[in-house]
Amino acid sequence: MTFWTYRRRDNLVGYLFVAPALLGSLAFVLIPLGMVGWYSLNEWNVLGGTFEFIGTENYERLLADEKLRESLVATAWFATGLMVLNLSLALLLAVLLNQKLRGTTLFRTLFFSPVLVSLVAWTLVWQLMLQPEGSVNGLLGLFGADGPNWLRGETTAMVSVVVVQVVKNAGLNMVLFLAALQGVPASLYEAAKIDGAGPWTRFLRITIPLISPTILLTSIITIVGSLQVFAQIAVLTQGGPGTSTTVLIYYLYQQAFQFHHFGYGATISVLLFVIVAALTLLQWRMRRRWVLHES
Amino acid sequence: MSRKVALYGLLCLLCVPFVFPTWWMVTSSMKPISEIFSESLLPSEWTFSTYSQVFRMQPFGQQYWNSLYIAVIVTAGTMAVAAMAGYAFARIRFPGQNALFVVVLTGLLIPSEVTIVPLFRFFQSLGLTNTHWPLIIVPVLGAPCVLAIFIMRQFFLALPPELEEAARMDGLGRAGIFCRVALPLARPALGAVAIFTFLHSWNLYLEPIVYLSTPDMYTLPQALTQFVDIYGGPMWNVQLAAATMTAVPVLVVFVLAQRQFIEGLAHTGVKG
Repeated sequence: MTFWTYRRRDNLVGYLFVAPALLGSLAFVLIPLGMVGWYSLNEWNVLGGTFEFIGTENYERLLADEKLRESLVATAWFATGLMVLNLSLALLLAVLLNQKLRGTTLFRTLFFSPVLVSLVAWTLVWQLMLQPEGSVNGLLGLFGADGPNWLRGETTAMVSVVVVQVVKNAGLNMVLFLAALQGVPASLYEAAKIDGAGPWTRFLRITIPLISPTILLTSIITIVGSLQVFAQIAVLTQGGPGTSTTVLIYYLYQQAFQFHHFGYGATISVLLFVIVAALTLLQWRMRRRWVLHES
Repeated sequence: MSRKVALYGLLCLLCVPFVFPTWWMVTSSMKPISEIFSESLLPSEWTFSTYSQVFRMQPFGQQYWNSLYIAVIVTAGTMAVAAMAGYAFARIRFPGQNALFVVVLTGLLIPSEVTIVPLFRFFQSLGLTNTHWPLIIVPVLGAPCVLAIFIMRQFFLALPPELEEAARMDGLGRAGIFCRVALPLARPALGAVAIFTFLHSWNLYLEPIVYLSTPDMYTLPQALTQFVDIYGGPMWNVQLAAATMTAVPVLVVFVLAQRQFIEGLAHTGVKG
């Protein structure tokens, strides 16, 4: 009997295999997160070269910060609008493409294509199309409507950034929904038909419950993703007009890297972390309650 | 019959916002600047001068190379790290496994933007700002890799153990089983990981603008926003030419390999 039994060797291989991921998580996720917590307790101005411990002052500032409140409102509108529009559009497209119809592969390709267009390229094109004399208003003009200056009005700017992001990524959720729809057994629909259920009832009572795991997965991906939307905002609106599209991540960027308030930037990071963690945990809990077929 | 016509009509209508921007990006990049705001679907006269202008205004070839090689290294690195960790967490039993998995999973809860301030300071203290190291190391080992590990773990969990048992009977060790049995079977999941990772790296924007400061180090997303005239106004048609060169190759690769692409993605969605 040697020391290196199969079991021992197996353990060693296990540790070696997870070592890169584990060390990476420590070095680039957990330790930096701890440091963010520490920074948030300090006043740190990079330009002034000052770094001093101020306790909870940054957090008091956070609570009193009017701009931060506006930024949270913008973030909430953005995330909600994005999730509702993205998921309903993706589900609609998936249901349409799930019909027996020639050419669905072509349409699937077309709906998916924006996912692959480089993000900043996509955003620049929309920026041009959303100019007052751009093609969006040109199209509206064909129907006799007078389009606004999309990126300069508070509401229209928010609508614009949401729509640009939804069209960019709806194809991804569409593909996931399509796969889920194809996994619903046809026999269930047949049985419901015999029982006299109409198409709408079949959709609500069979399709939705059976694809609920995918709805949950896509909603987590979409809402957590919405909190990380930076490039679109930076290119399209720079958070404006006013603070109407200054989502939290953009406000963090402004504070830390434009105004060089690293300490306060770290405090906003802590807030962002708390929000993302809370949302994710909430959605995992909901999964237990209403998602079907959870093993 | 009329139902079919209605369906096609609806699909075509819904297609417009998805297809028009790309169409318009490509065609308008070849329009003379005077036509940039016209609604015409095609240029009245085709010009390619914008394309040479792209290369005159920025070291665009260098920037293209930067984006490409970073994305390739990050994709290969992530596939390796995620496949190994995913396999070990799913298949090997070792003490402390679950606790270690939870430690790794916390990365899912932490958007990389949260940790960018300390990471910036860390790389600055090593003298690695304005190099590509942060854009390679952090995605391969840090938070962006966690989703890939999760996908790989889910895949290996669903793999029937009998295949590995047979290989073990034949005297293959763990590493051998991983390389010769498990990994070849994992191609769909690896494909999905590769797509996700490549696009993530290709699109990265906040990190490059935080870390990089000279044009010859820039990556494409950052370079695209630099085509401005001396007053800081955007030079639309040059931007569109650069955007077209950034977007079209990826689209072409996708059209050629779309079955593997979409099935790989759908696969992870169902299993995840």
